[in-house]
Amino acid sequence: MATEILMPALSPTMEEGTLAKWLVKEGDAVTSGQILAEIETDKATMEFEAVDEGIIGRLLVPEGTAGVKVNTPIALLLEEGEDAASAGAPKAAAPGHPAPGQPAPGQPAPEQTAQKSDAPRPEGKVTSAVEEVPHPARAADTAPDWPEGTKMKAMTVREALREAMAEEMERDDSVFLMGEEVGEYQGAYKVSQGLLDRFGARRVIDTPITEQGFAGIGVGAAFGGLRPIIEFMTFNFAMQAIDQIVNSAAKTLYMSGGQMGAPMVFRGPNGAAARVGAQHSQDYAAWYAMVPGLKVAMPYSAADAKGLLKSAIRDPNPVIFLENEILYGRSFDVPVLEDFTIPFGKARIWREGSDVTIVSFGIGMAHALEAADRLAGDGISAEVIDLRTLRPLDYDTVLGSVMKTNRCVTVEEGWPVGSIGNHLSAVIMERAFDYLDAPVINCTGKDVPMPYAANLERLAILNPDEVVAAVKKVTYR
Amino acid sequence: MAARKTAELPNVSKDDLLRYYRDMLLIRRFEEKAGQLYGMGLIGGFCHLYIGQEAVVVGLEAAAAEGDKRITSYRDHGHMLACGMDPKGVMAELTGRARGYSKGKGGSMHMFSKERHFYGGHGIVGAQVPLGAGLAFSDRYRGNDRVTFTYFGDGAANQGQVYETYNMAELWDLPVIFVIENNQYAMGTSVRRSTKSPTLWQRGAAYGIEGEAVDGMDVLAVREAGERAVAHCRSGKGPYILEVMTYRYRGHSMSDPAKYRSREEVQKMREERDAIDHVRELLTQGGHATDDELKAIDKEIKAIVNEAAEFAKDSPEPDPAELWTDIYAEVAPQTA
Ligand SMILES: Cc1ncc(C[n+]2csc(CCOP(=O)(O)OP(=O)(O)O)c2C)c(N)n1
Ligand SMILES: [Mg+2]
Repeated sequence: MATEILMPALSPTMEEGTLAKWLVKEGDAVTSGQILAEIETDKATMEFEAVDEGIIGRLLVPEGTAGVKVNTPIALLLEEGEDAASAGAPKAAAPGHPAPGQPAPGQPAPEQTAQKSDAPRPEGKVTSAVEEVPHPARAADTAPDWPEGTKMKAMTVREALREAMAEEMERDDSVFLMGEEVGEYQGAYKVSQGLLDRFGARRVIDTPITEQGFAGIGVGAAFGGLRPIIEFMTFNFAMQAIDQIVNSAAKTLYMSGGQMGAPMVFRGPNGAAARVGAQHSQDYAAWYAMVPGLKVAMPYSAADAKGLLKSAIRDPNPVIFLENEILYGRSFDVPVLEDFTIPFGKARIWREGSDVTIVSFGIGMAHALEAADRLAGDGISAEVIDLRTLRPLDYDTVLGSVMKTNRCVTVEEGWPVGSIGNHLSAVIMERAFDYLDAPVINCTGKDVPMPYAANLERLAILNPDEVVAAVKKVTYR
Repeated sequence: MAARKTAELPNVSKDDLLRYYRDMLLIRRFEEKAGQLYGMGLIGGFCHLYIGQEAVVVGLEAAAAEGDKRITSYRDHGHMLACGMDPKGVMAELTGRARGYSKGKGGSMHMFSKERHFYGGHGIVGAQVPLGAGLAFSDRYRGNDRVTFTYFGDGAANQGQVYETYNMAELWDLPVIFVIENNQYAMGTSVRRSTKSPTLWQRGAAYGIEGEAVDGMDVLAVREAGERAVAHCRSGKGPYILEVMTYRYRGHSMSDPAKYRSREEVQKMREERDAIDHVRELLTQGGHATDDELKAIDKEIKAIVNEAAEFAKDSPEPDPAELWTDIYAEVAPQTA
């Protein structure tokens, strides 16, 4: 059997090189370790040694050839008595890696379905991180969240979250809730009220103030097969634990080749409350949305809070679930259904419109909807999209809408640099550039730590006026 | 004050006693006023009152010398008043006004005074502990004999960074006094429910740090322990831990329903162990002050507090342009 000798990669970054010089010729017998050729990499000239013994049957690439791709056959090595002609022509370049999706030899098939990253991925030669999609965008999933005619009942976001947890704990004994003051105190913001009485101290667990510790214990418990819900009193304190969230929870599935991961939920209020100052008023949406391996939900309505939290608890991945203290007390209609979930990656169009697309999520939706109401009074018809989840993110709904309205304003509470709005702007520019009649504007919180003073805080936090102004700008009114 | 033995009185001067009385009373009245202003909507957000714990800072400040540093958590009003910061500036910060210590930008939890060597005012439980050790590091680095009082709560005492700090503080002989203000609760979690090693000061032994527990409702006991700690640190022997047993009378913050303890428990503390009553008794029993003299002091303190409240109400809000200032320093801030 003839063996192909392939162009070697001689540095971690080498993709191609120059075959500078052959040190053997056809018909030579070579022994393993013998130097066959000199190859110039992107960094240096290297000697290339034979691995196997045999006779050089043919040199497939003449010396002096530049731009030889790694893994291209450069010579044929024959066994004793074999001749070059019977060995046949070389095949096309051999693939360097096992086909994607196949477990590496010796690895068990993944227990969980290892999913591909939620963010669009580069395909072929596209160098951006954004997947090519046909124009117009794929038809968005517009199926209603619940069947028409479903009975509804009014419920606060707080109650909806509590119901979601209770239902999932009822359904699956491996689900438990852990965090500061979740039990006897009934929750710092009363989200877990009554759960200790109902499920007992085995499943509703008060912790000391030790965020990194209990977040890590949660990740370990998830490795061990449980379904933890880790409550942070607020996400400001999750910064103490962000290492466990990112390095342990988000990356383990990948690092273990799909063998194990951390199916769990990290949840709690996120963003500004009111007058609680710089260290207690931060929106982490964009931070967590950046991390492959995490899923991120940031609901606005009570129905979404309930349906998404139930999906999050069942999801085989670590989910960051960003709630909002100001929204906890707001009431919305929630469908009365035996088992109601909302899928991740499906935006909701709250309001259809034709002049501009306003994209938001979480409490930003309150500003977006108020702005849309006011704009309607001025004769501007705004389509308002609630992303609901930031990872996966429903690009199709956003792009489809922008291709229709030709203008877009994004709305979020977080800081402007590296915001979700920045990311959406880039995606829209890449995939819908020809449809845009104005630059996309990102409405965000101000680029400052949150001030305490009432007047400064009002200036720092995003408001509907700013959204209205941005829409007028992109519609040239 | 039946529970306290006044027989074994330490030798303490009349002036000292009067000073402690005044300082503790100022904190209490100030905090009562802050609670009132909060109720009126003039103070927003979180507001953590120090009522009940006054003897801790007043006793330790009595052991401190000029130039010593202090750093604490969000429950910081008492520390600021005790180290000589102006009640007007503190109250104006609480109302979020331009003449507050942080120009209204910090709020109740985040105030600072370089002049008084007060380094905040920190909202993340436990975070001030390594910071305090870092302040001590800066003094040791310069070779002076200052010490840093690093205050934190019984709840904070479970945070991992506290133990990382203990290890380095002892390793490098940092002149830091770790003051655990054990008021027995972290929000609604009693010490008993958060640890099976409830003698918090003894945890330092694992790192080789000396320490002791102190009656935090007795300002003289606190001062005495503070003096031992300061002597230890100043002489280059490294850190020291004081676990000061105290009690907060009010809720964790203004929004705490406080269902985790009984009214009787609080009432008993107030009646039997109150630190201000204690000193008042020492003053009258020792013949240092008459009721009238004490009443005059009360009046004087009330006036200071009322003046602070008026100042805090009258001070203008910060200029809107302040939103964009102090994010980056133009010139490196001067070191202390
Ligand atoms: C890292 C972190 N976790 C949680 C909180 C919320 N929180 C604020 S104060 C507090 C209790 C702290 O108790 P303790 O340390 O005993 O101090 P005390 O309030 O009694 O003075 C909690 C849980 C926080 N601010 N920071
Ligand atoms: Mg405490």
